[in-house]
Amino acid sequence: MYPKDLKYDKEHEWVRVDGDVATLGITDYAQDQLGEVVYVDLPSVGDEIVGNETFGEIESVKSVSELYTPVSGEVIAVNDALSDSPEQVNEDPYGEGWMVKVRMGDQSDLAGLMTADDYEAFIAEEG
Amino acid sequence: MDQASFPGAGDGRGGVLARTPLYEGHLALGAKMVAFAGYEMPLEYSGILREHRAVRESAGVFDIAHMSTFRVFGFGAFDALQRLLTNDLGKLHAEETHELGRAQYTLMLDDQGGILDDLIVYHSGDLEYLIVGNAANHMIDAAWFAERLPDEVEFADESDRAALLALQGPRAIEIIGELGGSVPDERFKLGEASLDKTPVLLARTGYTGEDGVEIVCPVSRVVGVWRALLSFPEVTPCGLGARDTLRLEMGYHLHGQDMDRDTDPVSAGLEWVVAWDKPGGFVGREAAIAVRDRGPERRLVGLTLDQGIPRQGQAVLHDGKEVGTVTSGTFSPTLRHGIGLAYVPAAFAQPGMQLEVAIRSKLAAAVVTRPPFVKSTSL
Repeated sequence: MYPKDLKYDKEHEWVRVDGDVATLGITDYAQDQLGEVVYVDLPSVGDEIVGNETFGEIESVKSVSELYTPVSGEVIAVNDALSDSPEQVNEDPYGEGWMVKVRMGDQSDLAGLMTADDYEAFIAEEG
Repeated sequence: MDQASFPGAGDGRGGVLARTPLYEGHLALGAKMVAFAGYEMPLEYSGILREHRAVRESAGVFDIAHMSTFRVFGFGAFDALQRLLTNDLGKLHAEETHELGRAQYTLMLDDQGGILDDLIVYHSGDLEYLIVGNAANHMIDAAWFAERLPDEVEFADESDRAALLALQGPRAIEIIGELGGSVPDERFKLGEASLDKTPVLLARTGYTGEDGVEIVCPVSRVVGVWRALLSFPEVTPCGLGARDTLRLEMGYHLHGQDMDRDTDPVSAGLEWVVAWDKPGGFVGREAAIAVRDRGPERRLVGLTLDQGIPRQGQAVLHDGKEVGTVTSGTFSPTLRHGIGLAYVPAAFAQPGMQLEVAIRSKLAAAVVTRPPFVKSTSL
């Protein structure tokens, strides 16, 4: 449910770190809470995104949520497939449902993120 | 993620939420529950899109036991209800026969022509009418009937005794038949049936745009009837989420969102259920007819969007200037794009008019569209 190789934040995003590149998506818990995703609004390649601010929106049939990024940097890739197949966020949140790749300038943001175990404990508490 | 609240959510009474007799059953099926009109109701079980599709393609069962039911009976019942409701109750009565009659969609107005509630009236027996209203308006409706019905007409609030289910979809009618029910042969007709050995009233009505029935049964037996319907593999349990997307694809109004006491039937586009010239008139007629005669300032219209999903409360713009408000909006599971209902000035209400919806920081193009948005269903 919560892959060990990822880091997590309290807004239910996950981060996969590979060198100075971070891939972002939402967690299995988040997609389940949201319900079937029908629309994902993402930034464009080249945009700068800022830690703890919104970088996009995600809509299910019934509700709208903002996407927060835990890291800062330049967007170097966007999962364009989500515009035609937003359901990938539900079906494969850690794989095909990824959202953006960011080249991080400063990696100090990563220090505040949770491990899979911490995140699991966090959502159990939030309940 | 920061999840916005569901439109229409809230207990409406600021207190403890009520539960229908199916509450435990919903939990056992893994339903996501939500507060709606003072009740804890299933929002979805397997997912809104899946449930929506089940109703459009096969059949779905809805718990609508939260809706209020009233019984009005006695020799003066017909005349008294004819005064309180906008549609012509005379159209309800079956001609030449004594069989049970029909159901009718109607409005109840206040003295200023504002819409108190929209109702279905069933001619359920000799001198007897069963009226189904919105759960959110239960107390308002009950008080209105109690106050406005003359003494010689008997009035009973049956909400705690009668429970409603809706079975909707192209397969709904054959399923009722297989359960031993005699299906009313026409839309809006009533019938009696025995489902799961329980005598029920069936009405060929619904809020989804599909063929099907609404079932009135005793509260004590509703769980058994619900389980009997769910025993068919072609029947999917459906929640309020799918109920909302299904009704919105048809452009059906939801009271409290698309109309309320500040709305008259002309502005709301509901003149088709107003019998202006029925004998004796009706409460609210003078005020409503004044709006009709001078022309309403605003009208409820359908909106179609290629990009973006309109949501309740968002502003509608014309040439960049705010002119109206979205009252209901959703992603249409059938059409795969955004649809909505909105009040706009009458001058912008004609189909084809190009407007915009302010979807948070963006303006999305919207075209005025005459509902239903989904034209081809089993109806």
